[in-house]
Amino acid sequence: MNVAQGVQGSNPVLNISIFAAFVVITLVIVFRASRNTKTASDYYAAGRAFTGPQNGVAIAGDYLSAASFLGIAGAIALNGYDGFLYSIGFLVAWLVALLLVAELLRNTGKFTMGDVLAFRMRQRPVRAAAATSTLAVSFFYLLAQMAGAGILVSLLLGISSGVGQAVVISVVGIVMIIYVLVGGMKGTTWVQIIKATLLIAGAFVMTIWVLGKYGFNLSSLLGGAVERAGSGGEALLNPGVKYGVSGTSKIDFLSLGIALVLGTAGLPHVLMRFYTVPTAKDARKSVVWAIGLIGVFYLFTLVLGYGAGALVGKDAIANAPGGENSAAPLLAQELGGPVLLGFIAAVAFATILAVVAGLTITASASFAHDVYANVIKKGKIDDPNAEVRVARITALVIGAVAIAGGILAKDQNVAFLVALAFAVAASANLPTLLYSLFWKRFNTAGALWSIYGGLTATIVLIVFSPAVSGTPKSMLKTVDFAWFPLQNPGLVSIPLSFLLGWLGTVLSKEHNQPKYAEMEVRSLTGAGSEKATPH
Amino acid sequence: MSMTERDVGDGEPGAVAWQEVHEGADFTELKRRLRVFVFPMTGLFLGWYLLYVLLADFAHGFMSTKVFGNINVGLILGLLQFVSTFVITGLYVRYANRRLDPIADRIRGEIEGESK
Repeated sequence: MNVAQGVQGSNPVLNISIFAAFVVITLVIVFRASRNTKTASDYYAAGRAFTGPQNGVAIAGDYLSAASFLGIAGAIALNGYDGFLYSIGFLVAWLVALLLVAELLRNTGKFTMGDVLAFRMRQRPVRAAAATSTLAVSFFYLLAQMAGAGILVSLLLGISSGVGQAVVISVVGIVMIIYVLVGGMKGTTWVQIIKATLLIAGAFVMTIWVLGKYGFNLSSLLGGAVERAGSGGEALLNPGVKYGVSGTSKIDFLSLGIALVLGTAGLPHVLMRFYTVPTAKDARKSVVWAIGLIGVFYLFTLVLGYGAGALVGKDAIANAPGGENSAAPLLAQELGGPVLLGFIAAVAFATILAVVAGLTITASASFAHDVYANVIKKGKIDDPNAEVRVARITALVIGAVAIAGGILAKDQNVAFLVALAFAVAASANLPTLLYSLFWKRFNTAGALWSIYGGLTATIVLIVFSPAVSGTPKSMLKTVDFAWFPLQNPGLVSIPLSFLLGWLGTVLSKEHNQPKYAEMEVRSLTGAGSEKATPH
Repeated sequence: MSMTERDVGDGEPGAVAWQEVHEGADFTELKRRLRVFVFPMTGLFLGWYLLYVLLADFAHGFMSTKVFGNINVGLILGLLQFVSTFVITGLYVRYANRRLDPIADRIRGEIEGESK
């Protein structure tokens, strides 16, 4: 194995040891948690027995991916204010989930987004569509996390050879598969809780440390970042460094902003977490906890980003292996030496591991519950264990795809892949969910048009965007077939999906009034909703 | 098997008269209270967020105005997005606890009482 120079002064053995300790502790907990995992409700929804606060911490664990930790801190360090803009979209988005989606979803569904979308529609086509978009979002998000793992490997373990990185990505993938197969939703949730606690605690310590160096004065910290950046450093405090370059880039940012704020409440792995609590009221409490933790965490990243700019320096970050993503680890090293760096590195790995596990269980649940049980078997399964068995096999397949994808996608831009996942979620899932929960007239045709229309529009626009071809930063640098000017399709694809959902609905005569009445009463009152299983 | 497993449109009468509850005064009031809060509030926070994004995107001069020290208008408006998110969360929880939960609990109690 070719061990190249990672971050200067980083100790790969220490980094790996801390990470290994995390893996061992979480595996023990996952095995303990698995003893009560028997039924489908246990496997997919942890027996609906988590409390609101526990689930809130787990949601924060699912949501604060490596992209938001390493990515946002790095973006602030290099681009200043424009990096901060991301975190605001990611946070405000939670109000959509709180006000419009979380409780109604918990009351209506059982395990997946498809449960809610198909409630008053024809089951098979709508579930197939819901599973398609769930798998698409999970796939892009999964690739983003695995690509991030590749970057982290070269950054923190000093492994830059292709084979070495592939081995580490495979190990990460295999541990993740064990979490999901053995622990089901319960084990995965505990992994999220532990990881979120470590991540937020680590970020908190670093934030206090940075602020302490500047007399707990944000203004002097900002001054420090400006001074360190040298001439033109003043621009770091103002919007526009990244997105203000041209008219197109400004529209691009607007498009990204809309996708971020509307995407969160359509992310299937976030939606599925609402099923792990006993009642809608607990779902509400979990969102409140999640908003508090995520909000505070993004405030930390603001300090960490400018702190990295001030204490490490823009050039040192840009030239480090991993570039922008190395800001937070380099800052940890500057503050606390190899031990703090080792801790932050291990937390970053744990983050990827946990998020990938959450995505895998969501995607496997959607395949087993929506496609296998309801589309293929038409809802008539004699053996109650068959569905969970299919889910476990699917998890294995998705894990293998994630490992292969991670090895192939390691040079792709993590932020771009995450933005793509949000764009699909905001375009295909959210309009359909909202129509389904609030619009009486909505029907099967409308749901199919908005899901497939939103999904197709997003992917087509991305394929023909400068993100894929035509510029030196594109995925394919040597060819140019881009005709759509924006990197982010949300500005077009989200309104289009709403429009298609409306059009499909009015062109079809289908309307199931009794089922609509049932769905609305259930969604608002929780009558007849799935209860927690006692253990 | 729960109701969600069945195919739609089979017309099988459930144990619960959902239609009746749906048209009842209690439920109509619950639905009105929910919508009268969440729809305007969603419009409000999305509008405020969009305004912020547009300012950060197109009004660089205004956002770069220093207020004190190195703190500019852009940073203050950004932090106010955090504040408004926390405040709206608090307002909704209070509203839901006081105005939504009591009716929802009552209706659920009636339905689950009669079907079991």
